[in-house]
Amino acid sequence: MPKLNICKYSSGGIMELKVKRVERVDGVKEAIFLPAIFNGLRLTVKHFWRNLFGARDVVTINYPEEKRHVSPRWRGRHRLTRLENGFLSCVACYMCETVCPSKCIHIEAGEHPDLSVEKYPVVFDIDELRCVFCGLCVEACPKDAIRMDTGVVSMAYTSRQTFDFTRDLLRDSYDPKLHSNPKYEDEDLPKPVKQSEALPNSQGIPAT
Amino acid sequence: MDFLLEIIMTPAILACLKIAVIILLFAMPLGTLLTLMERKWSAMIQDRVGPNRANIGKFTGNGLLHIAADGLKSIFKEDTIPKGANGFLYLIAPFFGLIAAVAIFAIIPIAGPIGNFTFQVTDVNPGLLFIFAITSLNVYGAVLAGTSSNSKFALLGGTRASAQMISYEVFMGLALMGIFMVYGTTRVSGIVNGQNEYWFGNLVPMWGIFTQPLGFILFFTALVAETKRAPFDAPEGESEIVAGYFLEYSGMRWSAFMLAEYVSLVGVAALMTTLFFGGYHVPWLHLWENAPQWIVTILQILKFTFFTVVFCWFQIQLRWTVPKFRFDQTMGLGWKKLLPLSLVNIIVTALVILTLA
Ligand code: SF4
Ligand code: SF4
Repeated sequence: MPKLNICKYSSGGIMELKVKRVERVDGVKEAIFLPAIFNGLRLTVKHFWRNLFGARDVVTINYPEEKRHVSPRWRGRHRLTRLENGFLSCVACYMCETVCPSKCIHIEAGEHPDLSVEKYPVVFDIDELRCVFCGLCVEACPKDAIRMDTGVVSMAYTSRQTFDFTRDLLRDSYDPKLHSNPKYEDEDLPKPVKQSEALPNSQGIPAT
Repeated sequence: MDFLLEIIMTPAILACLKIAVIILLFAMPLGTLLTLMERKWSAMIQDRVGPNRANIGKFTGNGLLHIAADGLKSIFKEDTIPKGANGFLYLIAPFFGLIAAVAIFAIIPIAGPIGNFTFQVTDVNPGLLFIFAITSLNVYGAVLAGTSSNSKFALLGGTRASAQMISYEVFMGLALMGIFMVYGTTRVSGIVNGQNEYWFGNLVPMWGIFTQPLGFILFFTALVAETKRAPFDAPEGESEIVAGYFLEYSGMRWSAFMLAEYVSLVGVAALMTTLFFGGYHVPWLHLWENAPQWIVTILQILKFTFFTVVFCWFQIQLRWTVPKFRFDQTMGLGWKKLLPLSLVNIIVTALVILTLA
């Protein structure tokens, strides 16, 4: 075995580099190559045989079929949460739009005829193509109305328009068990006046 | 029926049939399979999965369809000729390599003769000298491709290939001298039959690897260098000169280069089996007296195929184990170490034969 010794080089006192130095060995054993080649072969053949019968060492994730485990804290695609009564939690306070460093959130506030319903977003668009997934919008939100815990980590679509996620695509799906006391159904949320302009992709993509 | 048989048994037609069978049913399919197997096996060595995506509907065959996909792709790819290239030489260069790779199989017997019928296209008298002649033809493919494609990388690759192949050819011949001396012939059938003798009663077959262990290593090294595969792949040198001499090729002509590489891989394996591992002779089979001829032939073909496949695997394993030699190291190894060693091998073999005789 070549002797290893660890040398320390200091470069101007700013940073220390650790360099592993491998001593060159001369001699017959090195010159005829064969021992080294057989050492190498032993390793590669070991892996080859292990993987030939059972693929035990393979670390590849077959992506579209298998997915890597994503931590729940991973910042993925946004979602808009709901109150217990089924209405959107967002109060259209513009905090997230203001803090967003890439200016990719577009909100238009609206007033509900029912006065017990607070101000709410008529338009809530996020251009996910410009988003840098910094998570500041989540932190800025006073109502816990926007979250990034959908676990959708790869958004791959074929047109730029598709990345403009609108309110209706961002909001959580309505869950009768969680939202036990719905005040208004989804259909009751007023649509923007000019639907075609506000929701460029309302023809839609799966909201998951 | 008799009439048909008579036509088939005429020597010319028989030779054509043998060529068809040995090349189309043995060399080419194995070579084509190896293009996939190299990728699959290298994936196993490196703990990956390897190609497995080509599919017809749900069927992928665990990557088997990649062969068809690659073939289709290269057929329909544009066959480009770079500006300023020497068109004619550029177009014919790929086929030198392919022809040379395939021609090796002309003298390799894949099973023992049945009566007058041999499982060998031709048993020429010069035998292995034919191999040396053919492998030198191999140089032309690389050199013509390198010089005619009007690209500096290709030219560098071609130059390296010619230098490497010509120098390794020198002691490739010398490394085999030992075999010629031990078995006393250059005919392939003679050498194969010579390996059917046994030492110590019936204990050890007189295979080339036992009679010529050093010659085996030298010849194998030389052949690996001749096929320009790692660790001697400086002519292709994808880390420095992109792809070397066939850099400018595309489509089917590029595939011809690749196919030539893999067919010569099979050729090397078959040659090593024939010269150093008893050829088609199944060891200790003669102990089974009056074995039916057809069983013997089938066993022989199986044994030959098995050893060939094992050697193909070994070359691939070697490629994914050993790092590439720098080009001066390649030449240094050839001229300074392997050439003197093969001379020593000849002298020692001669002395041993003299003392034993
Ligand atoms: S994650 Fe950052 S960039 Fe993306 S919308 Fe929220 S604040 Fe804007
Ligand atoms: S998502 Fe939160 S921060 Fe953004 S407008 Fe709605 S309530 Fe305000």
